[in-house]
Amino acid sequence: MSFSWAKPYEPKSAAMRWLDERLPLPRLVHGAVGGGYPVPRNLNYWWNYGILAGLFLVIQIVTGIVLAMHYYSSADGAFNSVEHIMRNVNAGWLLRYAHMNGASFFFIVTYIHMFRGLFYGSYKAPRELVWMLGLVIYLLMMATAFMGYVLPWGQMGYWGAQVITGFFSAFPLVGEPVRVWLLGGYAPDQAALTRFFSLHYLLPFVIAAVVMLHIWALHIPGSGNPTGVDVKDEKDTLPFHPFYTAKDGFGAGVFLILFALMLYFAPNALSHPDNYIPANPLATPAHIVPEWYFWPFYAILRAFTIDFILPAKLWGVLAMFASILLLFFLPWLDKSPVRSGHYRPLFKRFFWILMIDILALGWAGGSPATPTVVAVSQIASAYYFAHFLIILPLISRFERPLPLPNSITESVLHGEQREAAPIGTGRKAGSTAA
Amino acid sequence: MATLEQSAEGSETPDGDGVRRRDFINVAALSFAGVGVVAATVPLITQMAPSADVLALASTEVDISKIARGQAIKTSWRKQPVFIRNLTPAEIAAARRVPLSDLRDPQSLEDRTKPGKSNWLITLGVCTHLGCVPLGTDEGENRGEYGGYFCPCHGSHYDTAARIRKGPAPLNLQVPEYQFLSDTVVQIG
Repeated sequence: MSFSWAKPYEPKSAAMRWLDERLPLPRLVHGAVGGGYPVPRNLNYWWNYGILAGLFLVIQIVTGIVLAMHYYSSADGAFNSVEHIMRNVNAGWLLRYAHMNGASFFFIVTYIHMFRGLFYGSYKAPRELVWMLGLVIYLLMMATAFMGYVLPWGQMGYWGAQVITGFFSAFPLVGEPVRVWLLGGYAPDQAALTRFFSLHYLLPFVIAAVVMLHIWALHIPGSGNPTGVDVKDEKDTLPFHPFYTAKDGFGAGVFLILFALMLYFAPNALSHPDNYIPANPLATPAHIVPEWYFWPFYAILRAFTIDFILPAKLWGVLAMFASILLLFFLPWLDKSPVRSGHYRPLFKRFFWILMIDILALGWAGGSPATPTVVAVSQIASAYYFAHFLIILPLISRFERPLPLPNSITESVLHGEQREAAPIGTGRKAGSTAA
Repeated sequence: MATLEQSAEGSETPDGDGVRRRDFINVAALSFAGVGVVAATVPLITQMAPSADVLALASTEVDISKIARGQAIKTSWRKQPVFIRNLTPAEIAAARRVPLSDLRDPQSLEDRTKPGKSNWLITLGVCTHLGCVPLGTDEGENRGEYGGYFCPCHGSHYDTAARIRKGPAPLNLQVPEYQFLSDTVVQIG
């Protein structure tokens, strides 16, 4: 694993030596997130978000386990048990709000982490599996978040369950039996609630396991960096600890402040009032809308309004799944050997257009389905697929990337040679360095 | 030792090639274990299907004597909403006037009601798009452009025979199995 100059673990005490010889756990930690993992020296703050995602996973698991001590997954009692947590349980309101907003923060940092990967070409060889395992984590997160949202048995969660399990009924023949099997009934009810709770408790641990695979696969080539240039020698790297534990620690502090602000001053800002109405199988909320992190996909789902060979409903469901599955092929759709968007002038422009496109999809997915909104979601969905299937392959073929730095060290120390050089020779020295 | 090994080899592969006895035993043993594993997944999968008490709610009786012409009620069958509507003559006429070729899911009013009871329109209140409950049973609710039901989730319009006319839903509101036990009692399921 990692580079030849990585510092091997040296036990500092007799006790640690004793442990290391029998179970090399300290060695594993040292090599994974300690001084034994050399990391490119030029990482910027966009590289904080992987650790931050891990932090929010831990927050979700810890708050979730304690909430499960007070919640009951009964269709008659679930809603009241959540209210009981909010009103009676000591610090229950804090734990529940932390869990509720923790989910949103988990998605915020994960989305930033993914967009970082998109911009800096983190999905390219030799890190394809890191990217794909990340997508697996993302899919598991979506399943977990969806099921968690159903558990309070409020109107929005209940009807979200109805709509999302309804996706399966779009498939011909097998769809409806699969839907009934998934729900354990003909509509969401006790059977569905209990199994959602069971799986909502299980999946975060599956996520944690895939996170370990994600990190394991990452540590084979080592972390990427903002230049996208490979590490060449020891000068290009710094040990993870203390350099990046400190930098990540600072980022974690900033995000925990933002989290606390949300928790204490706007705990319901990202939620829907309808979810504070007990689930009613006989009345649909006027405007069913998923949580904000699903809006872009909801917009793609609703973008199909015309039957073309297949029913519109099936097209919507297929397109929505395809929009994520597509990303698994990204390492082979973008063939440019240059990783970092900083050296790809054309790619950079289209990257920002894609960001705007995803924002437009998000807006359309969160709004009621008026003709304007449907039109926006149609254009934005078409562009989303065009970006990955047409624009990106074409860019990687025709774009002329800017010259890359010779090494990470050189890109970091630009200009310093010039500053250190005697007067009159500085320009020449600087130009050779750049 | 050498002679022992040779004799063992010789007994298993008389001609030096082909399937050895040991290969066969390996494949057979693993296959048997595989069948066992598959068999063990059956209860794990079927436990998720609707349980006996859910299936036991599979039929329900409804008194329809209080539903006046032009009125509709919403009742529950298998935890799903069911709409029972007493159509007015104008609504029946409107439903009959539509040529079947205009419909996405062609069905006549007669296909969707019982003979001689074509004023009683009984359908599931589950939009065939993604399962929301359409509006239109209660007084003053939006009944859509075709005077039947309107689904607020994604804007599907159903006509007076609860047939899909506009919007993303692919099919008409489903007509459940039902029978009239008497003129005033209907059994659904």
